[in-house]
Amino acid sequence: MSMQSDSANTSANTLPGRWQPAVTQDPMLHKHGALGQPVSRIDGPLKVQGKAQFAAEFPYEGLCYAALAFSTVARGRITALDTAAAEAAPGVVLVMTHRNAPRMKAPSLMMSSPTAAGASDLPVMQDDEIHWNGQPIAVVLAETLEQADHAASLVRADYAPLPAVTSFDEAKKTPRQLDNILGQPPVVEIGDAEAALKAAAVQVDQIYRTPRHNHNAIELHAATVAWTGDELRVHDANQLLDLTAGQLADIFGLEPDKVRVSSPFVGGGFGGKCLWDHQILACAAAKLAGRPVRIMLSREGVFRIVGGRTLTEQRVALGAGTDGRLDALIHTGIVAMTTHNSCPEQFTFPARHLYAAKSIRLAQEVADMDMLANTFMRAPGESVGTFALECAIDELAEKLSLDPIELRRRIEPETDPTSGKPFSSRHLIDAYDKGAARFGWDRRNPKPRQRRDGEWLIGMGCATATYPYHRFPGGAARIRLTAGGQVTVSTAVHDMGMGTATAQAQHIAARLGVPIGNVTFEYGDTTLPRGVIAGGSTQTASIGGAVIAAAEVFVEELLKLAGNDSPLAGLSLAEVETRDGGIGHREDASRFESYESILRRSGRDELVCEAEAPPPAEMEAFSMHSYGAQFCEVRVSEITGEVRVSRFLGSFDAGRILNAKTATSQFKGGIIMGIGLALTEEANFDPRSGRIVNASLADYHVPVQMDVPAIEILYTDIPDPQAPMGARGIGEIGITGVGAAVANAVYNATGKRIRDLPITLDKLM
Amino acid sequence: MNPFTYERASDTSAAIELAKGNAAARYLGGGTNLVDLMRETVERPEMLVDVTGLPRGIEPRADGGLLIGAAATNTALAADGHVRAHYPLLARAILAGASAQIRNMATVGGNILQRTRCRYFYDTAAACNKRQPGAGCDARDGFNRYHAILGASPACVATHPSDMCVALAALDATVHLDGPAGPRSIALSDLHRLPGDRPDIETELKAGELITAVELPPLLFARRSTYRKVRDRASYAFALVSVAAALDIDDSGVVRDVRLALGGVAHKPWRASAAEAALKGRPAGPESFRAAAEAELAAATGLRDNAFKIELAKRTIVAVLGELTGDDA
Repeated sequence: MSMQSDSANTSANTLPGRWQPAVTQDPMLHKHGALGQPVSRIDGPLKVQGKAQFAAEFPYEGLCYAALAFSTVARGRITALDTAAAEAAPGVVLVMTHRNAPRMKAPSLMMSSPTAAGASDLPVMQDDEIHWNGQPIAVVLAETLEQADHAASLVRADYAPLPAVTSFDEAKKTPRQLDNILGQPPVVEIGDAEAALKAAAVQVDQIYRTPRHNHNAIELHAATVAWTGDELRVHDANQLLDLTAGQLADIFGLEPDKVRVSSPFVGGGFGGKCLWDHQILACAAAKLAGRPVRIMLSREGVFRIVGGRTLTEQRVALGAGTDGRLDALIHTGIVAMTTHNSCPEQFTFPARHLYAAKSIRLAQEVADMDMLANTFMRAPGESVGTFALECAIDELAEKLSLDPIELRRRIEPETDPTSGKPFSSRHLIDAYDKGAARFGWDRRNPKPRQRRDGEWLIGMGCATATYPYHRFPGGAARIRLTAGGQVTVSTAVHDMGMGTATAQAQHIAARLGVPIGNVTFEYGDTTLPRGVIAGGSTQTASIGGAVIAAAEVFVEELLKLAGNDSPLAGLSLAEVETRDGGIGHREDASRFESYESILRRSGRDELVCEAEAPPPAEMEAFSMHSYGAQFCEVRVSEITGEVRVSRFLGSFDAGRILNAKTATSQFKGGIIMGIGLALTEEANFDPRSGRIVNASLADYHVPVQMDVPAIEILYTDIPDPQAPMGARGIGEIGITGVGAAVANAVYNATGKRIRDLPITLDKLM
Repeated sequence: MNPFTYERASDTSAAIELAKGNAAARYLGGGTNLVDLMRETVERPEMLVDVTGLPRGIEPRADGGLLIGAAATNTALAADGHVRAHYPLLARAILAGASAQIRNMATVGGNILQRTRCRYFYDTAAACNKRQPGAGCDARDGFNRYHAILGASPACVATHPSDMCVALAALDATVHLDGPAGPRSIALSDLHRLPGDRPDIETELKAGELITAVELPPLLFARRSTYRKVRDRASYAFALVSVAAALDIDDSGVVRDVRLALGGVAHKPWRASAAEAALKGRPAGPESFRAAAEAELAAATGLRDNAFKIELAKRTIVAVLGELTGDDA
């Protein structure tokens, strides 16, 4: 027997004892216990034993394997498509092209509707038109992966080229302004910043450039898909399950409940494991063949059909008085994008919230190119925006003969500089002070080229990290309590390796007052209550909001069940707390009844409650961001220009840390990715062809072990009073500021300002 | 990858017999490059003859030299005590290459015959005279950071990617071959060709010929030798420039003999003969090192992305020779 409670609606949240975002605080804000402990990953043993099943590892009777053939022109029409050799190759089941693909609706752009998950809104293999170099032109299904790969290499196409814009220099001659940048205005103006800049005592005015980056999660994009009648089952490597299911239903004209997508394990997401052509094509080909299909992209395939971070060209101009206070802060620029996607690389976002300035001008535009849709990649906008802004701050500090931390102290704002809202919790300067003391910042000589070890010049640099807090509405959580005291919390969310399931198990144990061993966290499947996406460092807080709501209903239901014969008789939600496997009066230790006792007395073997998170009113009322101070020491060869990062320390202010171990790994991972951004990563997009040339891990350089020093992580661990659990997301902030910290250290070592990434040795010779 | 047949050769003559007369046969060592190229359909052999079972011994010769079986792994050669003591530049060059896993698989013969990593060569959608003679060269005006500054031709600007071969070139290694027409030997420096107008023909190997061994002549002063590789990340990246050097200085500080070879600069491991000639009899010091480097790079030309390598090569030569002199500068 179970009972299902109605979802909590918004008005219910005004009931006493309920969390009202922006009005009341999460009652467990200051409750410790399991929260924060360095609990090892719950799924660790499964992974090291190879028992964690990833998307390309689900067996099916009659499974066939897919391989893709890609276009070799950036824009044009297919005039001839010869699939005869492929069709005749051993083991081939079928070859699907635009000529025989099932008719499908085009995806809708992510955020354009509640079920939209499209990284682009181009139709997928529905016509002869080519929109980017690398677009899939054929899907081969075969009995083995090797046979599919071989046959795909036999597909031949001729094209009638159409004029293509594949040069950024050309594209930016006709810039376009978007209506909004992820819901924010594309232009922010406070006062006359250009005039203030001209009049300022001290000025910095520079152009900074960042290149294209590609997603290179260790797990290649993969899906195993199967149709049963009009029901579609998709095992995916995915970070937006419900959106993917809804979008696939829309594309194939199915009722939403006919599509089930699951993704229990993902080998790295970073914004790349969303809905791209390969899942759609696998579903279409499976339908055509009447057989289950597994698709796993090659590494080259990831470069061809999964977008990455776009390139940026940014101007930062700072005008300051001799005391360092900013008269003008200007951050403008342009990024490459397409007409068929919606990822604007919001590089002006950091400057909207970081520093006090008397006048501000922030503006960003896009230059349309004929290329694969660019997309979100770990801290889109903030990663590259902080590179430009934080290098400029360093340049200004030098002109002012001020320590760069002291400069930041002087321009620390009282309230959000563009919205005027109060900060929910901001301890940036604390993070700097803590980090500086630990790193030995006082040993830095502000004058460049003063430290050396043989041919190696040594320098130190710092930069601010920042990333917004965001909580998505719409997520729900279900709590199931059994008579044995076991608690299962379910919601269709994601763990791409960051430790979601582990941190949430800790959270649930603490919130419901049960041992963590009694908690199961169910996630990764669209048959569970609707979840939120894992993106924008939002998932933890978003799950938190849903679990709070469900837990409130859970306690209310238990109080009802407890009835008049309980020590809890007459108590309301506002008067009780969960503890020791039950519910107790907040101030009277004697009034307590265990969950098991309540269920037993009411004759139930389980209780099931489900509720949806309250709307994120805290984001409207407060300026909510995480902060950090990144410290870097580099060694630069005076002979070859080679840069080696010799020490790195990140000091973060990201609210309550839920798991010291997995959080530290998250921060470190972000910093390592930031070292790649600073020193090695660049997708070589050939402007003659619009094709990415270095489409392999041998040629696209992510940092390897020897590029990464020991990294030290500190955090303030100060709960944000407005956030569930007091926690802000931590997935992305680690990469922010790293590019600038490295570049500023390189300057301190060599006296050379490198304003275009990556900082390769030729730029320092 | 195209379908192929696989044969494992029991000995050298069996390998040659298996491949004889079959233009679509390839000898397979560790497969760390050939199999990649097959996956990209750049190589489309119909038959692979696995030669990893052929001699892999590393044996000192009576004259103080060393005979290395072609099937020896890179790891084994780099770890060999004789190599580490007498030819340290070779051990260092090998360890500068690839990754531990790749070196465990890769053979000496395969390392020598690995092909360029020019991405336009790998991408069958690009124009490449090496892959398809007469097709053109997309690298010349494309991304050519890793490309040649010496000995290139209008047809091809690719570089040979091996680190090991740079050390072998400096050491005057001899490559022993066997084939349908019988055994023969060739200097390592003569084995690889400059691209000219036929970049598709990369070595002097004749059809069906197989590398059976590499022989190092004795070189006493190679005890004072090293290898420096300059690259875009600290490991697992091909050389922008590398320098293998051995230096023999007499008591008066004059260069008695020197061996110098460059990697990452040309279609073949580049023996720096001009620099060697300029150094012999000169005082070992930064000025003569720089002059020698200038002499070697006098003919160098840069492309869009790689002109910095001319100065980088010069600086690295000076630094390596300085290191061998015991001079910190």
